[in-house]
This record gives sequence, structure tokens and C-alpha cells, in this order.
Amino acid sequence: MIMNNLNIMIVGVGGQGTLLASRILGTVGIKKSYDVKVSEVHGMSQRGGSVVTYVKMGEKVYSPLIEKGEADIIMAFEQLEALRWIDYLKDNGNLITNEQKINPMPVITGKAEYPKGIIEKLKENYKGTVSLDALNIAKQCGNTKAVNLVLIGVLAKRTDIEKEVWLEAIKETVPAKFLDVNIKAFEAGYEVS
Amino acid sequence: MKKLMLGNEAVARGAYEAGVTVATAYPGTPSTEITENIAKYDEIYSEWSPNEKVALEVAVGSSIAGARAICSMKHVGLNVAADPLFTASYTGVNGGLVIMVADDPGMHSSQNEQDSRFYARSSKVPMLEPADSQECKDYVKEAFEISETYDCPVIVRLSTRIAHSQSLVQTGEKVEYKLKDYCKNFGKYVMMPAMAKLRHIEVEKRMAALREYSNNSYLNKIEWGNKDIGIITSGISYQYAREAFKDASFLKIGMVYPLPEKLISDFAAEVKELYVVEELEPFIENQIRKMGIKVIGKDLLPVIGELSAAIIKEKMLNTKTEINRKIDLNVPVRPPVMCPGCPHRGMYYVLKKLKLTVSGDIGCYTLGALPPTESMDTCICMGASISAAHGMEKARGREFGKKTVAVIGDSTFIHSGITGLIDIVYNKGCSTVIILDNSITGMTGHQHNPTTGYTIKGEPTRQVDLVKLANAVGIDRVRVADPFDIKEFEKVVREETQVDEPSVIISQRPCALLKYVKYEGALTIKSDKCKKCKLCMSVGCPAIVDLGDRIEINEDLCVGCRLCTKVCNFGAIGKDGDDNE
Repeated sequence: MIMNNLNIMIVGVGGQGTLLASRILGTVGIKKSYDVKVSEVHGMSQRGGSVVTYVKMGEKVYSPLIEKGEADIIMAFEQLEALRWIDYLKDNGNLITNEQKINPMPVITGKAEYPKGIIEKLKENYKGTVSLDALNIAKQCGNTKAVNLVLIGVLAKRTDIEKEVWLEAIKETVPAKFLDVNIKAFEAGYEVS
Repeated sequence: MKKLMLGNEAVARGAYEAGVTVATAYPGTPSTEITENIAKYDEIYSEWSPNEKVALEVAVGSSIAGARAICSMKHVGLNVAADPLFTASYTGVNGGLVIMVADDPGMHSSQNEQDSRFYARSSKVPMLEPADSQECKDYVKEAFEISETYDCPVIVRLSTRIAHSQSLVQTGEKVEYKLKDYCKNFGKYVMMPAMAKLRHIEVEKRMAALREYSNNSYLNKIEWGNKDIGIITSGISYQYAREAFKDASFLKIGMVYPLPEKLISDFAAEVKELYVVEELEPFIENQIRKMGIKVIGKDLLPVIGELSAAIIKEKMLNTKTEINRKIDLNVPVRPPVMCPGCPHRGMYYVLKKLKLTVSGDIGCYTLGALPPTESMDTCICMGASISAAHGMEKARGREFGKKTVAVIGDSTFIHSGITGLIDIVYNKGCSTVIILDNSITGMTGHQHNPTTGYTIKGEPTRQVDLVKLANAVGIDRVRVADPFDIKEFEKVVREETQVDEPSVIISQRPCALLKYVKYEGALTIKSDKCKKCKLCMSVGCPAIVDLGDRIEINEDLCVGCRLCTKVCNFGAIGKDGDDNE
């Protein structure tokens, strides 16, 4: 039984490791026997540029891209990137954003200012916004690299897909030696309200 | 069970299932992962070739020798490989030969937006275009059948969104392919005028046969819907069009050259209005117009950039989704930057300081053109840095040459920089060429090349010695310098640009992303010593942040390369626990 297609965007800064997140999401889609498409960016923007991954699943997926106003969930690894892509969120969609800030070069060189109060404004205008210090939560779970799994935990709770399916997908995707810390990070994210 | 695969990975699987035994490539986004994945199959000989021309020639040789061979490149790589392509079209094949070319509409990671479909037409080689990963695999297998049946190379064209999207693939069995016999046949394989004239006749015969094939192949298929609107489309555009026109009729083209003209005529006759939806140039559209069929296409759709379902809806259906932006904050752009610890940063710091004209090239180091380094004047194509610097000096004289350097990566130098260097020596130029030896091909995601000492499969091999190579072509002045030793590096650049003979500086330090490169971890700025002169900011490291009242180092980004430590005049940047000098 599936409703409409589930459209998820993962946004962040090149090098933040958004790839594992999209692999887990893709695996979840397969487990649910959905048609799945995942579209990534490789190449130049991976060098610290703004990056986006589209994950679409459902009965039949044609275009691998998500258009403005079509994302059910946006999962942001960095708050400025959450703001950059927010127009892609559906009216009643969920934004899950890490509170981490990474200054882009125009801010570093003083040509532009990092906007203030991003999280507050997002929460004011988009009811389905959840923000968290995922980096810190991951650190407490034992590895800052598990930011991925913390955010996926938050996301998983906000879909109709059973928790067991997520756990199975994680087990299949994550290297065995990092499994414990990643499961811990997922659970921590799952509990975030 | 179906597997989620990148288009590029599915191509690799298709090559494996088709019984390919030789795969060649030069890495280039968005094609790189094809050959990275092929190299994982033990039964396929795979190589990173020095450039696309060599890669295709190797594959042509393997095909003539009886093997199924595949050669992969990005769109601009096909320009480099165009020479063998046009003549391999005449010789035809023995074992099947498939050329993968990946276009980059929207220029996510490229210097132009060329539409490679025109190569198929001008070289008279058939071209297929898959629309998802399953088709990537299936079409590659079909391409080998076509290649051997019609005695020609076959090009399979991808675009970024096909190459770099994952979708479900049902894998199949590997065919048992037996190496074909090798027979000397100079009438077919020695292309001199007398033989080539005869081969051209064969080429025209084969194209006529392929036009028939195209009309009957499963690659081109009609999906009937409402007949008020008929859409002819191919590749990724098919997916966008299916979303935009929910219940129209579709003619999905899998063989974009030669087109299935009869099928198109039949389809056009059945629908009221005919649209062509294609990215970039009106390649299909113009051929249909020439058939005398009325069609709507690029009069509405852009020839610039990628398409999307939204663009098609807006331009062809006049339905624009209005998004009401609720937050009025300015969003600063986030262009790509050189990584923290990048060895190129030290070099650019020196080049900027010396106010040199920099003739640039293709790679991570092209990012040196952007603020804050802004130290690159030109970037045209692979290898052009060296030849263009020579051209600048010949145009403006030696004094201008003394304020000019060429900057080129190690892999790019081997690809096509070496010929420019020979030109400088031969034609009495005095340019200074800086080769960035970072021990890897960086931009495309760490591939080995002839200067790294390892093959694509990670086996140790003979390493090109850049110093000896430069010496051998007649460069007597070759200096090796560490770009993080900025004082020494500056001295070397000053000296070499002034001498009245050609010179090479090898800027040697490995890419900071290589696993074995370990710096000491995040540094900090000691607020009591920092004078806020912001000199450290001029190196353009994303880890150094100006907070207004103070400068700070982002500990999550800093790797501890200490380039900024060397730039600081006040000894304010270091590691906690550094001795208090």
C-alpha cells in the first residue's frame, strides 16, 4: 500500500558525506518494493560547494529530480543550505535541519553576510521544521561522522515506513565495524521530537 | 532482486554481461564511474589511458584483434578522440566496439555544453541514448550486437542525470563471448586513399541498413495515450516529459542516430499536435522538420542548460507553479572551493603576490580563478595552459612572458600538456610551466595516472618521472618545490620567470584528501598575538573565519596544514600546546 510518491531531498555542503544517507534511503525504498530513483551530484561542487541529492520512491518514478514545492521532506546538513532549498518543500512538508553552520567563501571574504536567525525564521514559516545539533548528538554517540544517521533517525520517525525496515537497511548499508555507533545515532535521532 | 545502480555502474554491468574483455578511459565527470566499476570485474582488462584519443585507439586495436571493447569519456573527451572515431567508422570492427560519451547539460562540472549527438551524424556512427539505469545496461549489450552486425563502432550517449542517477536494475547472465579470429585484412584496416574510398561505400550501405534497423528496433517505441498531443523524446528528457504531459502519447527514441524515420512519420500521422522534447540542440527536431513534418520544439524550449518537468510545463503547457518565498533573508552563494590543506593554495598565494598572468588548465586547481585567490587568467581545455602561455609570449614579447606562467595538473600534463611543452622548446619560447604534482587525479575523485605509479586496479607500475621527461624534451631548468614552503616557492618562481629559456617548476605535495596524508589536526588563533591584519584570510582557506571582532579557525574543517601559520607575521596561529617561542 502506498500513497503518493515520497520525495526526499538531502542538502548540504560538498564533503559532508550525504552519500551514505542517500544509500540508506534507497535501500529502504527497495525493501518496500517501491520504484526508486536517487540523483546525486559528483564533480566540482563536491569541493565544498552546495550539494543536493534527490531521493524519490513510489509506485512509478519518472524524473529523478524533485521540483520546487514537491519535496515531502528536506534533510539539511547545514542551516544555510536548508534556507537555500526551502522553496522545494511542500506546504505541509517536513524540514529536518542540522544546526551546524559552515561559512561559504563570500562570507569568509567579507563580500556577504551569513544570514542571522535562519532557524527561527524557518520554524516560524514552516510548521514541520525540526532543528537539532546533530553534530553534538553524533559526538555523544561516539563518532561525529554519524551525523548522517542522527538525521536519518529524525526523518524515519516522520515517514509511514516501519522502524524495522530502517534498521535492516542500515545494517545492510553501513560497514560492520561502524554499525553500533550508527545504530545508536539512529536511535538518538528517532527520539528527537 | 533488482539492485539500485548508478547509470554509470549499470553501463559497467552491461559491458560485463556483454563479454567485454578490454575497457579503456580517461576520467571525466560525469563518465568516470563507468570505468571505475568495470575495473572491479577481474575478467576485464581495464586501464586509465593518458587521454581519450589513446583510450579509443587502444579499444580500436582490441576490437580489430577480436575482443569486445568499451571506451568511455566525457563529452569534451570525444573531441580529443574524434580523430580515431572518424576513421574507425570506416574500418568498422571485428569484436564489438562501444564508445560511451557522457554529456553535461547545465555544466555541473564542465567547460562547455556541447551536444555530442552531432558526432554520431558527422562520423556516421550509430548512437543510442538510454533513459534510466536499466536501459544503460540493456542498451550497452544491444550496442555490442549492433556493432558486430553492422560492422561499426556504436556510441552510447549519457547525460549527467542518467550517469549520476541511481535506479533499479535487473541484472542478467554474462554471455560467453569467444574472442573472434584475427585475420590480416589491409583493405579493411589500412586506411589509405585507395582502401578508404571503398570503405566509404560500405559506410553508406551500413547507414542505410541501420535506418531500417532503427524503424524496427525495440529501442524506439510508441507508448499510446491521448492522441491530441504526441511527444517525441529521448534520454532523460523522456522522464521529464512523462511527468509534464501526464496522458499524452509518446514516441520514445532509444536510437537517436539514425532516427526511425518511418516510425516517426507513422506516429506524427496519428496525433493532432507533435512536440519534440530534447535537451540542448534541436538535433531530433531539425531532422523531423527536414522530413516535412510540422513540429513544436525549440521555438518554446531553451537550448541552454538542463530541462526539467517544471520547465517543460511552463514553456509548453503554460502552467507555472508559483512558489511564494516566505523568508526574506539573502542567501549567499556557495561556490566550490579548494579543500582545507589543499597544496594548490600555497602556490596560488605566491602567484597572486607576484601579480603574474596565469594561463590555467582543467582540474581542481581551476578553482584558483575564484575569489579570494583570483589567480587565473585563462582556462580553455585540457593542456591549453602551456600552449596558450607560449602564444601569449609570442604575441606580446619576452617582457610579458616574464610575468606569465602556465599552471597544469600532473594528469592534465600527461593528457596533452607535454606536446605544448615540446612546442615551447622547439619554437624557442621561454615560458615557465608549473606542474602541480599532487600524486593523484583530483577533481574526478582520485584516479591513478601515469605519474602516480599505480594502475586502475591498484597494481604498482612504472612511474613517469616528470623531471626526466621535461629534461628529455629539452628543458634544462627543472626545479622541484614544495608549495607549502612559500618563501622558497616564491624564490623559485621569481628566478624561473626571469631566465631567458623555458623552465618547469614541479609543485610537489600530495592532495590533502589522500588517505595517507595526515596533518596534525585543527590549529587555533591565539587572540593575544593576533593583530587582526587578516593576512591569513588571503590564503583563502574555508576553515579561517572572520567573526568581525576576531578571526577564528573552524576546528571541524581545519586539517592543520600550517600554510596560514607561515603567512602570519605575528606567530599567532598554531596548535594548542605549541611551545611558547
